Amino acid sequence: MPSVRHVSAKKGDVIVLVGTMKGAFVLRSNAARKKWDVGGPYSIGSPVYAMAFDQRQGRHRIWWAQQSFRWGTVLCSSDDYGKTITEPEAYSVKFPPESKLTLKNIWQIALGRADDPDTLYCGVEPAALFESHDAGKSWTPVKGLLDHPHRDRWVPGGGGMCLHTIVPDPVDPKRMTIAISTAGTYRTDDGGATWQARNQGVRAEFLPDKYPEFGQCVHKIVQHPSKPGRLFLQNHWGLYRSDDAGNSWKDIANGVPSDFGFCMVIHPHDPDTVYIVPIESDEYRCTPEGKLRVYRTRNAGESWEPLTRGLPQKNAMETILRDSLAADTCDPAGIYFGTRSGKVYGSSDDGKSWQAILEGLPPVVCVRAALVGEGGKDSPRRRGGAEKRKVQAKRSTSRKAPARRAAKSRPRAGKR
Amino acid sequence: MPVTIRIPTYLAAFAGGLNSLAIEGSPATVAEALESLWRGSPGLKDRILDEQGEVRQHINIFVGEEAIRFADGLSTKVPNGAEILVVPAVSGG
Repeated sequence: MPSVRHVSAKKGDVIVLVGTMKGAFVLRSNAARKKWDVGGPYSIGSPVYAMAFDQRQGRHRIWWAQQSFRWGTVLCSSDDYGKTITEPEAYSVKFPPESKLTLKNIWQIALGRADDPDTLYCGVEPAALFESHDAGKSWTPVKGLLDHPHRDRWVPGGGGMCLHTIVPDPVDPKRMTIAISTAGTYRTDDGGATWQARNQGVRAEFLPDKYPEFGQCVHKIVQHPSKPGRLFLQNHWGLYRSDDAGNSWKDIANGVPSDFGFCMVIHPHDPDTVYIVPIESDEYRCTPEGKLRVYRTRNAGESWEPLTRGLPQKNAMETILRDSLAADTCDPAGIYFGTRSGKVYGSSDDGKSWQAILEGLPPVVCVRAALVGEGGKDSPRRRGGAEKRKVQAKRSTSRKAPARRAAKSRPRAGKR
Repeated sequence: MPVTIRIPTYLAAFAGGLNSLAIEGSPATVAEALESLWRGSPGLKDRILDEQGEVRQHINIFVGEEAIRFADGLSTKVPNGAEILVVPAVSGG
């Protein structure tokens, strides 16, 4: 087993969370974002498809989904960048018996609105949305989606039938957009009671009817908080923008080498600027022409430009998956992505130039970035009694005696 | 003779560091033995069973040398003094 290192971060630092097929890593730098400390791995050996950093109410809590093909999937968290880890005894995200469903994976952890600081969401496989209104202690499935009349006709994509994208509306608390592969985009306007397919104009290349009501394979949707009515969408073939909150979509694949791709991120300060990494095709699934290029639009998709400085432009057969592209909120913004070949690249100048931050990781499946100290109130929230069941980080990395002692001290009482 | 349940090292962290636990009473079936196990070590339940109450796909449970998968599942009878083994399946990559 590899040894585990930890990072510490202070206000003004930047952290990048990296989920891989064999554990999670926490990267830290100062505002310059040139040199990086690396913490981890955490949940060694487990795929970590979803991570999130919650700074609301002064927290600095990292969430991640620890998947195990043996032991199932559990949500873990840490309030000190991985030094101590909370892995609950009883799993908190699970389907009710009457659903007859079993959790395969958690694909997305999303924070609720800033004015709803104890709300979190999880998108899972098989496709469902879970919500927590007590800062992640307890979770329930959103029934309106769990019982959706279309459910029987949703089919799995290559990665499984997953709900992988959650976009809470920054203005309307009852509105949320989600994406499922392969079911497409759905939106609720009534707090999750009902969900309508919102796929008009989005192509389903793999179906006889190319523009069905639902069944599209959406890969990622992004939104800027200053323009909640506008959404950008990277599809399994297709690049789109909606100016009416998803009611209709317009093709914006103007000047990209391929409109196939997985990942997409919006600039933190400019609602017209979006980044993608085109992939050659759904057969090949690597960067076109052996060139690793991030593409950026600065005019909401009217045109796209390749960003290549510092990125390999020969023999780069890379795949960047749907959650492996992220932005911090600095100015200029830091943009980061991880590859399936285990590399992490970063830019500290809005994407103008790039550097390799880390190599030799297991396949990267998730990247998140944040400026530390952007959480609002300064006083950190203290966790309640039920959350004191902490498993020392050593538990994940070593099976020696100290780990057992740590586990032994956990209270036995179970349900959260 | 009490029934004993042996669990893999990974799970020992959720059983007070123990790899082998003696079950109180005389459980008639594997399901009863596991119920008794959860009472003392609740953290084991979700790691061994899924939310529908089935043994997770990549975990094997044996009563002695008999895999319950090829017997009566969780209803497999447990003789007095038997050893129940919870074993991770050989799979994955």
